Amino acid sequence: MSTTVVNTGTEGKTWGGGTKPLHASYGKMMMWFFIVSDALTFSGFLAAYGFSRFKFIDSWPIADEVFTHVPFLHGQEHPMIYVAFMTFILIMSSVTMVLAVDAGHHLKKSKVTIYMLLTIIGGLIFVGSQAWEWSTFIKGSYGAVQTKGGNILQFVDTNGERVALKDFVVATPVENVMHEDVNGLVSEAQGTTPTYTIENVIHGLESHDNILVRTQALNEHGHPTVLSREESLNKLKSQATQVVEGANLHHNEYGSPLFADFFFFITGFHGFHVFSGVVINIIIFFNVILGTYEKRKSYEMVEKVGLYWHFVDLVWVFVFTFFYLV
Amino acid sequence: MAHAHKLEILRGLIKFKSNTQKIWGVLILLSIITTVEVILGIYKPESLSGHFLGMKALNWIFIILTIVKAYYITWDFMHMRDEVPSLKRMVVWTAVFLIIYLVFILLQEGGYIHDVYHNGYIKFDF
Repeated sequence: MSTTVVNTGTEGKTWGGGTKPLHASYGKMMMWFFIVSDALTFSGFLAAYGFSRFKFIDSWPIADEVFTHVPFLHGQEHPMIYVAFMTFILIMSSVTMVLAVDAGHHLKKSKVTIYMLLTIIGGLIFVGSQAWEWSTFIKGSYGAVQTKGGNILQFVDTNGERVALKDFVVATPVENVMHEDVNGLVSEAQGTTPTYTIENVIHGLESHDNILVRTQALNEHGHPTVLSREESLNKLKSQATQVVEGANLHHNEYGSPLFADFFFFITGFHGFHVFSGVVINIIIFFNVILGTYEKRKSYEMVEKVGLYWHFVDLVWVFVFTFFYLV
Repeated sequence: MAHAHKLEILRGLIKFKSNTQKIWGVLILLSIITTVEVILGIYKPESLSGHFLGMKALNWIFIILTIVKAYYITWDFMHMRDEVPSLKRMVVWTAVFLIIYLVFILLQEGGYIHDVYHNGYIKFDF
């Protein structure tokens, strides 16, 4: 072997070069540096979420009421179940990744290949689930009404169960007039028209005695306040400005628009990390198949990418806690 | 030497025979913690809704369990357990210090603004 090893004459001299600081290879240490800085970025986002939440602590949406859907189970409410499944998928793909790294240490190419493939599949399932979660959130479930002050009014029956707009409001045909340049203001945005007008909703509430308005304000038990029948009609007639169905960056039928903004931004940024992780994993997967690391007699590249992949899992653990549990 | 792994978790309470076995052991541990979190999240036991240090006791439990999970992901999946102490400190102390600092400042400020809104734009009336 001595013929292939280059001796620099600096062995044993700490500052002579050729020594690995902290006993970690250059690439691995740089990955750790990147992970620390990325962890700080995510903490910045989550702390900003905490800031907004503490600011509106007594009217913040309750995650259990927002994320209740499970694919293929229409109309049933199962808070937490689907997101728990997503968490498990991500932890599972972390496990297959660490198994790939372990197989790499023993230079077992076929095992590394299989475990990398499983990791990629896990990552894809997770990203797909997140896309589904987004689309459900954007579509919304019950519909609500926004007030002048930007607050959200939701509807419940006398038992406190949520009622969807479509169950008590009858839509009158809305004439959707195309905005023409002739009328000026070319740059005026033409948004989509909600299914119902405010008049429809007021009429619906008047004709259904068992429907009440629920505001965002949380009472001392942490539940949203339900108004009396009289207050409900009053509130709706005097303050409602528009019907909100689903959520986007400006309106959110579940409550504060900030909740939707942070949800899109933080889970989106995390989803982007998962996506890029999957892409990097695929590159490494093909390198493994091609035998690049076999020739190198070192699977350290798998280990470095593994560090990134575990970090993505680590971030999700925190996102899960702060968006869905706390 | 290069691939030596420390094969015990929970301060030596559970010892594993091989690295692969340790990985599955940690998976079981993480799954148990997640299951506990999900069950608490679904049922939200009334007994844990009392406030402690400005937050619900239940929320403190969630945060502590999350940090426990983060510890095992970093230590066993990312092999931090096998790194030299100076690398561990470099990563963990930096992140933990800066995160605690940032979170404290932002949450304090958020709470302050809430009080300003809540008390009709007066926080301190001298």
